Amino acid sequence: MRTAFINQLIEEAKVNDKIFLLVGDLGFSVVEPFAELFPDRYLNVGIAEQNMAGIAAGLAMEGYNVYIYSIGNFPTLRCMEQIRYDICYHNLNVNIVAVGGGYAYGSLGASHHATEEIGMLRTIPNLVVCAPGDPAEAKAITTFTSNYVGPCYIRIGKAGEPDVHKPNGPGSLMLGDILPVSKAGEVAILSTGAMLKYVTDFVENNNIKASIYSFPFIKPINSEKLFNIFNSHTKLITIEEHQASAGFGSAILEIMNDFAERKELTSIPSLKRIAIPDQFYSVAGSQGYLREQAGLVLEKGDILNAISIEK
Amino acid sequence: MSDLSTIKFAKDIRLTTLEMVYHARASHIGGAFSMADILSVLYSNFIRIDPKNPESVDRDRFLLSKGHACTSLYATLALKGFFPKEELLTYGKDGSRLLSHTTHKIPGVEISAGSLGHALSISGGLALAAKRKSANWNTYCLVSDGELNEGSNWEMILLAPQLKLDNLILIVDYNKIQSLGKVKDVINLDSLKKKFEAFNWEVFDIDGHNHEELTSALDQCQTKNGIPKVIIANTIKGKGVSFMEDTVLWHYKSPDENQYKEAILELEKN
Ligand SMILES: [Mg+2]
Repeated sequence: MRTAFINQLIEEAKVNDKIFLLVGDLGFSVVEPFAELFPDRYLNVGIAEQNMAGIAAGLAMEGYNVYIYSIGNFPTLRCMEQIRYDICYHNLNVNIVAVGGGYAYGSLGASHHATEEIGMLRTIPNLVVCAPGDPAEAKAITTFTSNYVGPCYIRIGKAGEPDVHKPNGPGSLMLGDILPVSKAGEVAILSTGAMLKYVTDFVENNNIKASIYSFPFIKPINSEKLFNIFNSHTKLITIEEHQASAGFGSAILEIMNDFAERKELTSIPSLKRIAIPDQFYSVAGSQGYLREQAGLVLEKGDILNAISIEK
Repeated sequence: MSDLSTIKFAKDIRLTTLEMVYHARASHIGGAFSMADILSVLYSNFIRIDPKNPESVDRDRFLLSKGHACTSLYATLALKGFFPKEELLTYGKDGSRLLSHTTHKIPGVEISAGSLGHALSISGGLALAAKRKSANWNTYCLVSDGELNEGSNWEMILLAPQLKLDNLILIVDYNKIQSLGKVKDVINLDSLKKKFEAFNWEVFDIDGHNHEELTSALDQCQTKNGIPKVIIANTIKGKGVSFMEDTVLWHYKSPDENQYKEAILELEKN
């Protein structure tokens, strides 16, 4: 996803001279081609994320569409107030890019586990929150944000994830789009961010009938499309590499509740949230190992039982 | 020779500020008074901005970081014609756009500020944009002494010389008092001059109430020599009203009717 992001950003910067990239002294072997092609629209501000967010606000006030790039919690939690007040309150064209979402930097420890930022960021007005599911989505989100006017957060994974959307990717994205990956049966798995490949593999390997939807946007979410998902399934499973509190599953629950409260939903599907259970993990391990530790796994029974109840 | 017009303007800024603070029963008059002379000289003779066209691309940018002292900035802008003076009396009232911390919704105000330690980074971003666009406008940023406790300021103080931001002019309203006491008793900043020099800034250490010194320093700040500039304006909190001067109390207190009348008399006398 990292590579897809930077390659697409270079493509966008070739045709859009407003694009400016700030890095917080991170991005070795990633950002160099951009820096070489566009030295006037690139700056390494050093290891200083609060300053980076403020500089981005200043550049955006002068008409630039700014990307700030660093790892996980650094361009997000470290400068949360600058994001809220300088960038979002002033409604500026700044895109905050965090690489290594979730447990992508598994064994580097809790400092590098980005597992709370979506909850914090999605409460901030004006901010669009994105978590693409594969390199093709990362590419599409990069194009989307380079044309969108206003602040965006983009959580991307690491390098080397396989593509899920084939062969031509999801195409161009509209704000809040939901991407259907497969459509089958009464159970729908709603995935955001880099969990997508795990979900599609699980369904395929277990030969299960289930719909799969990828959510590159966590805020906003196209409510009409989501309503149709609520209406056409009896069971939903949300999965995310984030704390259960205030994350993606919470966002889906909130929207479902609002439909139910307005009596617009005739029947309310059950919803299982797969997310991190309010815990830190202090063991070494790969991304896959830590996901298992945190219980970010699908259960065959959840899907099969739901199907048998319907019958 | 002192510029009489800037002295008169500073007096008007203080009187107008007093009026707003008294009617709104508001705080922070001490910090609003300490920077009144700086605002007077800046807006009379240095900041190139048209009150009728405050968003013109080639204007100088002025960012107030100590947003709690907004009253004297609002007064300055209204007196200069950025918006009607009558609006000042809505300050802090229900539904007014004049919030009690500077707000970018007001013509002539570049950014909202209330949380300390934000404006200098944004100012650096503006100055960087001007450099990258080869534009010749300047960015002025006014910070308080207390807010130099915030580490975020020092991130930009480190970076600006690296980027050769000679179009960035930082002014420290060094009134020696912060929220809970004397600056020297909370976190002593001395020698602030040596600190900035060690960070490779060009430093002007002056009396921030002396208009000749302010004018001379600001004149020298126009030099484009690859070095960012800082004016350490040594000021007195509450300057202009004897019973408000140099006390922590007037960071918080609003004048009662007698104090209000007494303050007017003192300000008129000066
Ligand atoms: Mg002070």
